Amino acid sequence: MNPILELRVLVKHYAGQRAVDGISLSIPAGGFFSLLGPSGCGKTTTLRLIAGFEQPTSGEVLLGGEVVNDRRPYERNVSTVFQSYALFPHLTAQQNVEFGLRRRRCTDIAERVRQAIELVGLTGKESRRPAQLSGGERQRVALARSLVLQPDVLLLDEPLAALDPKLRQQMRLELKAMQRRIGITFLLVTHDQAEALSMSTALAVMNQGRIEQTGSPEELYLRPRTAFVAGFLGGVNWIGPVGVRPESTRISRQPPANGARSQPAVVTGVVFLGDCIQVLARLISGEEAVVPVPRGEASFAAGDAVHLSWNPADEMSFL
Amino acid sequence: MESRRRNEFFVNLRRWFLLPSWLWMGVLFAAPFAIVLAYSFLTPGVYGGVNPPWTAESYRRLIDPVYLWILLRSFVLALAATGLCLLFAYPAALFISRAGRRKNLYLQLVILPFWTSFLVRTYAWMFLLRDTGLINTVLESLGIIHHPLPLLYNDGAVLLGLVYGYLPFMVLPIYATLERLDPTLAEAAADLGARPWATLFRVLIPLSKPGIVAGCVLVFIPSLGAYLTPDLLGGGRTVMIGNLVQNQFTTARDWSFGSAASIVLMLLVTALLWIFLRRQSEPLA
Repeated sequence: MNPILELRVLVKHYAGQRAVDGISLSIPAGGFFSLLGPSGCGKTTTLRLIAGFEQPTSGEVLLGGEVVNDRRPYERNVSTVFQSYALFPHLTAQQNVEFGLRRRRCTDIAERVRQAIELVGLTGKESRRPAQLSGGERQRVALARSLVLQPDVLLLDEPLAALDPKLRQQMRLELKAMQRRIGITFLLVTHDQAEALSMSTALAVMNQGRIEQTGSPEELYLRPRTAFVAGFLGGVNWIGPVGVRPESTRISRQPPANGARSQPAVVTGVVFLGDCIQVLARLISGEEAVVPVPRGEASFAAGDAVHLSWNPADEMSFL
Repeated sequence: MESRRRNEFFVNLRRWFLLPSWLWMGVLFAAPFAIVLAYSFLTPGVYGGVNPPWTAESYRRLIDPVYLWILLRSFVLALAATGLCLLFAYPAALFISRAGRRKNLYLQLVILPFWTSFLVRTYAWMFLLRDTGLINTVLESLGIIHHPLPLLYNDGAVLLGLVYGYLPFMVLPIYATLERLDPTLAEAAADLGARPWATLFRVLIPLSKPGIVAGCVLVFIPSLGAYLTPDLLGGGRTVMIGNLVQNQFTTARDWSFGSAASIVLMLLVTALLWIFLRRQSEPLA
């Protein structure tokens, strides 16, 4: 199947800097794709290049197989949910959702707006202005305003960043469920790895304007190809030339009897986290490692001589 | 007890701080206004000045087609000047608000004319527009025209002078509101399928309404009462109500009638403004 969105060696220079440095990406229709990376990695610029707010220095953006480099934002069938939502403050929720349909001179505006508002759960609040809505409700208006146009790709720029943590958790689930139900391709830009891992069907990790690795959340977490991807998606204990996830690391007073690999270490500290206990240990190499231990299991104290062990299958090695 | 005394102290202090403003308003606004109001109800003296008895004769004389015609002309000219200023100022303000690092340079250029006297600048227009002025001379020497165009001493010249003089008062408030607008709003409009004109009329203009209203008020009021521009660019004729008032105090020596005319002008402006601002003050955000 042809990809709905394709980027071909996309480059964007900004004041002498390579904000986007040769990105190639192919996104199949109907999935939930995330661009994950630290701030300044070029992920938002990539999104703006797709929406048409920026012109690439070189490379191509393809939507549905067509090169759209020369099309203005209003000529591209993608829609953006902005980080600030960018709702029109002089219009009601209803008028905000209608805005795009009116520009396209659609005929069944009333019905489509009603459905979109119902989809995001804002029925009854149509006549409120953005200033009279909560942060979560504003985001729902922004979603409805874009989804009502049935874009080829919905672009979401850090949509959850402005919400409080509890609401953020809830919106993750809702967004994912919504995407499955309506089948529109979502492209999410975020710096939050938990967000990207929990919502995406596939994701790309970006660093310094380049894509480090693309794949499913499991693939990237369990088989990261670079140390950056491994470190950005979760904790890593560096043991010799390999990395091991903390949750795959075992700690014991005796060396393990089975075929597991192990290294001696000295406990340097114990942190109580509530649901588990974190044991900090220093390896002979001087590297610090972290091992989560269930509460109530053998207690460790600073200065204890221990052995860290792991299953060879859990090793992450990088070139 | 202690806190109440301190509170009283601050209330008193505030009164003292307001005193200069009160003095200013009293001496330079309320007192002259009272004098003008009194003059308008007195009988004009032969060589200027006013005498008893009290009378409304000046107001009665104002109800004359000649003066109503002048009033109407003033309104039309001031309205046209306001409209033209808006037409020229909005694109300029929009351009400046998006000029990035050059913003300050362009703003300086907008207020550059204020560095010289308004009178001098109006004379400069006379040198440009008169029969032997720069424009006619150049056009004649190029053979485009054979007789000088009547550019000066007509309503067109007055309108030009008003638009020229008050344009910055339209640009600056509109710029101030556009500058504060979130730039992603225009991007969002384009993203939702709005072409540039739709973005302008559906998003930018509605959201910059406060600036437009302020600019219109700032241009319309001084245009309506203008007398220097119509006097110099409109020729010797009585073009606008400002000239009428001026003539009564100088050549006609009828201070009472001049005062009545200014009071009527002021009441009309106040009434218009009140209606206009009430209609504009519907809640926005």
